[in-house]
Amino acid sequence: MLVSYNWLKEYVDININPEELAQRLTMVGLEVSSVNRFDKSLDKVVVGLIEDIKDHPYASKLSLCTVNVGDGQRLKIICGAPNIRVGQKVPVAIEGAVLPSGMVIKKVNIRQMESEGMICSAQELGLDANLLPEEQKQGIMEFPDDVPIGADVADVLNLNDAVLELDLTPNRSDCLSVISIAREVAAICGTELRLPVIEIKEDPNTNIGDLITVEIADDELCGRYVARIVDGIKIKPSPIWMQNRLRASGVRPINNIVDVTNYVMLEFGQPLHAFDYRFIKGKKIIVRRAEEGEKIVTLDGQERKLEPDMLVIADAEEAVAIAGVMGGRDSEILEDTSTVLIESANFNSTSIRRTSRKLGLRSESSLRFEKGVNIEGALIAADRAAQLMAQLGGGHIVKGVVDNYPRKWLPVNIELRPYKVNEFLGIELDPQVIKETLEKIGLTIKDREDGCFTVSVPPFRLDLEREIDLVEEVARLYGYDKIPSTIPSGDIGHIKKNRMQILEEKCKNILTACGLMEVITFSFTSPKVFDKLGLPQEHPLRNAVTLANPLSEETSILRTTLIPNLLEVAQRNTHRKVNNLRIFEIGRIFLPIEGQELPREETVIAGLIMGALEKGWNWESQKLDFFYLKGVLEELFEHLNVGDVVWEPTSDYPGMHPGKTAEIKAKGIYLGFIGEIHPSVIENFELPTQASVFQINFEALAQTSESVKMYRPLPKYPSAERDMAFIVSENIPAAEIEKAIREVGGKILKSCRIFDVYKGRQIPEGKRSLAFSLVYQAEDRTLTDEEVDALHERIKSEMVKRFSAQLR
Amino acid sequence: MLERLEQIRKTAETGLKNLQNMKDVENFRIKYLGKKGELTQVLRGLSQIPENERPAVGKLANEIRDYLEEQLQIIEKKIKKEEEEKKLKKEFIDVTLPGRRPVVGKKHPITRVLDEIKEIFIGLGFGIAEGPEVELDYYNFEALNLPPEHPARDMQDSFYITDKVLLRTHTSPVQIRVMEKMAPKLPIRIIAPGRVFRRDDDATHSPMFHQVEGLLIDRKVTFADLKGTLQAFVLQMFGESVRMRLRPSYFPFTEPSAEVDISCIICGGNGCRTCSHSGWLEILGSGLVHPKVLEMGGYNPEEVSGYAFGMGIERIAMLKYGIDDLRILFENDFRFLSQI
Ligand SMILES: [Zn+2]
Repeated sequence: MLVSYNWLKEYVDININPEELAQRLTMVGLEVSSVNRFDKSLDKVVVGLIEDIKDHPYASKLSLCTVNVGDGQRLKIICGAPNIRVGQKVPVAIEGAVLPSGMVIKKVNIRQMESEGMICSAQELGLDANLLPEEQKQGIMEFPDDVPIGADVADVLNLNDAVLELDLTPNRSDCLSVISIAREVAAICGTELRLPVIEIKEDPNTNIGDLITVEIADDELCGRYVARIVDGIKIKPSPIWMQNRLRASGVRPINNIVDVTNYVMLEFGQPLHAFDYRFIKGKKIIVRRAEEGEKIVTLDGQERKLEPDMLVIADAEEAVAIAGVMGGRDSEILEDTSTVLIESANFNSTSIRRTSRKLGLRSESSLRFEKGVNIEGALIAADRAAQLMAQLGGGHIVKGVVDNYPRKWLPVNIELRPYKVNEFLGIELDPQVIKETLEKIGLTIKDREDGCFTVSVPPFRLDLEREIDLVEEVARLYGYDKIPSTIPSGDIGHIKKNRMQILEEKCKNILTACGLMEVITFSFTSPKVFDKLGLPQEHPLRNAVTLANPLSEETSILRTTLIPNLLEVAQRNTHRKVNNLRIFEIGRIFLPIEGQELPREETVIAGLIMGALEKGWNWESQKLDFFYLKGVLEELFEHLNVGDVVWEPTSDYPGMHPGKTAEIKAKGIYLGFIGEIHPSVIENFELPTQASVFQINFEALAQTSESVKMYRPLPKYPSAERDMAFIVSENIPAAEIEKAIREVGGKILKSCRIFDVYKGRQIPEGKRSLAFSLVYQAEDRTLTDEEVDALHERIKSEMVKRFSAQLR
Repeated sequence: MLERLEQIRKTAETGLKNLQNMKDVENFRIKYLGKKGELTQVLRGLSQIPENERPAVGKLANEIRDYLEEQLQIIEKKIKKEEEEKKLKKEFIDVTLPGRRPVVGKKHPITRVLDEIKEIFIGLGFGIAEGPEVELDYYNFEALNLPPEHPARDMQDSFYITDKVLLRTHTSPVQIRVMEKMAPKLPIRIIAPGRVFRRDDDATHSPMFHQVEGLLIDRKVTFADLKGTLQAFVLQMFGESVRMRLRPSYFPFTEPSAEVDISCIICGGNGCRTCSHSGWLEILGSGLVHPKVLEMGGYNPEEVSGYAFGMGIERIAMLKYGIDDLRILFENDFRFLSQI
C-alpha cells in the first residue's frame, strides 16, 4: 500500500516528518519499507497553454507553437510531439531550466526557426510514465483544465510530497485505506482523526427506486449491496489534486468517474464499481452465482469463462461484472456516459479469493475483498463517491439509495481483564492507561464492576476477535521497546540432546576428522536418477513419494537413497574441474508405507570419494578408492564402538560394481553397503574416474553402537613377533583366513595383521600370496621362544591343511 | 728438574691457548700426556732422580698433568660444541615449504551455524526436538491456527503430496507434536532444527532451507521473557556490540507477534546494501503462543502460556560468512566447502 504523506495530513495533524513517521508506523506494526520522494529539481518548468499551432515551414514533422506561460508572456516553441493541440495545458521548460536529465534549456534554432523553450513529456520531467494515459506516454504530458497558467509544475504535481510504502501483514488489511492509516497516525501523534465531511445534495424530482432494483440471490456470498445513481455527468479528466493523489498511490488517473471510484476505495478501503446505467438492462441488478458456461468480457478486454461457484453482478439478461474482481467491458464508463450506477457492496472473502485465483485475475478490489472489508462502511463510501462524482462531473445525485443488507453486522464485544494484559506482557500498566490506549484506535470501552472492561470492536477491525488480540493492540501501541527483558523462571528441561542426536553429531565429527567434507543436498530429486542408476523397473527404491505440484520434474519425488544426490554433487564438481572428491551427507530418505499417509523417514549416512589425494613436494599421491573409504568406515565403527563387523561380497546392488561391493553387517544386523560405482553409472553421471560410495542406515548403526567401552589393562610382559606368508586361492577371502589364524592362535595371539597381498610373477594364475604379521603375548608371563615357535608352526600347518595353502 | 717442569708448564699453557680443533687437541695430548709425552717421560724417569727431590718433582709433575687434563677436557668440550654448530648450520631446511597436512573434512556451514544455535539454547535450558519433513496439513497449518482458506496460507506456497500431506513449510508443526506428546506436563522448553520447503526458487529463495523453531510453555510465561531469551541468544550469537529490536508483526500461531531485527552486522547500523540502508536485519519471527494453538496442543490457555520463535538458518549463515547468493550453499562445490 502506497500512501501519500500530504493526503494523510488531510485527516490528521502530523507533528513529525515522513521519515520519522515511517519509523513510528513500523514500530506499531505497520511496516514501512520505503519513503519515496521526488528528489529532482524542476525549477523554471511551468504550466503553459498552447494557444496556436502552425506547421514548421522547413520540417514536416515539427510544429510551431505559441504557448502562454503566464504574466502575458507568450513563447514560440518548436515541438515534435504527435499529441499536441490548441487549448492544451502542458509543462513548459523555459530558458534557464535544467531538466532532471541534465539538459539545459536555451533559446535555440531548429531548422532556421527560433524556439524559446521546450514542451516536456513526463519522462523528461523524471516522472513515472506508467501512471499516465497511453497517448501521453508517447508524447507530451497534459494537465487538466483546472491548473493555473504559469504555475510551477513541481507545485502543480505536488512533488514535495513523500510517499510511504507499507508492507501490511495479512491481519491489517483494514489499512488498505488512507483513513485507517490516518487513525494509526493519530494514535502515534496523539492527535485527532478528522473524517471527510460528506454532503449529499439529491435531486428531489428523482427517485432511485424508479431506476433500479437490486436483488441478492445468494446472501452467503454477498452480505450487502448499496447502489446510488448520479445523472447528468460529463466525462473529463479529474482535477489535478485528485490525479496527484492517485498517482502517489500508484493508480493511473483515467477519467473523473473511474478516478472517483478508485479514490474512494483508497480513502475508505471500500472497493467500488461504476456502471454506465445505459447498459444495465431491465433496470435490474441481480447478485447471483454464474451459470454453467456463462462468459463475460472483462474491462481488460479478455473473455472469461465463469463457473457456478463464482459470484457475478448481472442485469436482467446477463452478467455485467465479476463481483468484487473486475467489471465487464460492456457496461464500462465511456466518454459519453451521463448516468452512472455506483456499486458499493460487500462480498464473501473466501469466494472472491477462489474466483480471483481460478481466473488468475487480481485487482485492487479483489485484493481488499479477499482480506475482508468493513461491511458497515458500504453506505458511506457510496455517498462519498456520489458526492465527488456530482462535484467533479457536474451531475446531480438521484434521490434515495438502494441498500440491500441481508447479513447485518453483529457488534463484537470482548471481555478484557487488565491484569491479564500485564500478565502476558510482563509489565505493570495502569488499567486506565490500557483503556486510553485502546480508545485511541477507535475501540469503545465500558468499565465493569469487577474491574474488567467490555471492549466494543468497531466494524473496521475485523481482526480483533478475542482478548489476546486486544493484548497485542496494547503491546504494540505501548511500544515493544518499552517492555523489559527478563529470563523465564521455572524448571529447566532435563533432556538436552537425545542419544540419536548425540550420535549424529559424533558421526559428523568422525567423518570430517577422516577427511570427508559434509554436503547438504535437496530432499527431492528427479525420477530420472533411478534410470541413471540402472535400477530395474520393479526395484523397491523406485517406489518414491511424488509431489503433486513440483517446481519441475527435476525435483518431483522425494529421495529413497542418497547415492544419486552424491553422484550429482560429484558431477557438478567435475564440470567445474574439481575431480578429487571426498564427501558425505547425513540426511533422510523417504519410504512410502502402504496404507499410511506419511512415509517412513529414515536417516542415512552416505559418502562418496573419487580421484586421489594430490601428490605434494615431499609426499606421494594416494588413491581415493574402495579401501580408503572402507578405512574411513572402519574408523567410524571403531569410534562408535560397533563390534563384530563383517563385509560380505555382494553383486545384488544395481548401480554398483558386482565384484567390488560389500554388504556391511554388525552383530548380524544389516548396516548398509560399500562399493565402487558401476562403470555404466559412472558414464551416466559423466564422471571422469571411478568413484566409491557407501550408505549406512543410521538407526541400525545406533543399534549396534555400544555406548560403554571398557579399558583393557596394557600388557605387562614382552611380546614376540613372527611373520608368515603363503599362497592360496584368490577366491578365499582374507578375512576368512585371518579368522582361522585367530582361532588357532587363541588367547596368546594378540594381533594378526595383513601386511602384503601379492599377485603376479612366481604366483600361479588364480592364486595370491598373503603375508601376515602375528604378535604373541601372554598376560601372565613372558613367553619362551620355543613356545612361540611351536604355536606359529602349528598355525602355519593348520592353514596349509584348511586352505590348501602353500608356504613361502 | 723442577725448573724443567716449570718450563713444560709454561710452554704447555701457551700451547693450550692455540688449540683450534680436535686434531690440535689430540696432538697436544700426545705431546704432553701421551706414552712418549714430555710429562709422561718426566714421571717415568722419577726413579733416576735423587731421592730427596723425588717427592717435590712427583707432586709438581702430577699437578701439571691434572691441570692439563682438566684444561684439555674443557677445551675439547668447547671445540666439539663449536664444530657441531658449524655442522648443523650447513644442514638447514626451507621452513617456508608447505607442511604435510592431515586430510580432514569440514562440516557444512549450515551445520556449523545450527550447532552454534543448539549450544546456545542448550545453555539456556532448552532441549532438542525433531519432527517429520513430510507433514500432515493438520500439523503444518490447521493446528497452528491456519484453517483452510486462511489468507496467511498465501504467505507460504507449499509442495503438496496429497490434499492432506505436504512438505512442511516451517518447523512450527514440531510445536504441536511436542505439545501433544507432553500435555499436560510442564515445562516444555525445546528448539527444533530442520529442513523446510517452499515453492520458490530464485537468488534469494531456495525450495529447501533450514529453520530452528523454539518453544517454551510454562505457567506465566511473558512477552518480557521472550524478549530476554532472544536478547541472550542475540548476544551470544552475534556479540555484544549488536543491538536487537522487536517490531510488531503477524503470525497466525502467535499473538502478540514480533519480528526481531538486529543492528546490521555489516555496517553497524549506519545503513548498507545488505540491510537495504535501514541499519537493521530481520533475523527471526516470534511471539506468545496463540491460545488456539495451546488448545490444539492440549493445554489450557487460561492456565499456561508460552512463547515461540523461528529463524532461518541460511540467512544467519550468509551474514556470518558474507555469502551473497543463497544458492551457493546447496551447490556443494568442494572448493566452497573447503574454503568456508
Ligand atoms: Zn547494513
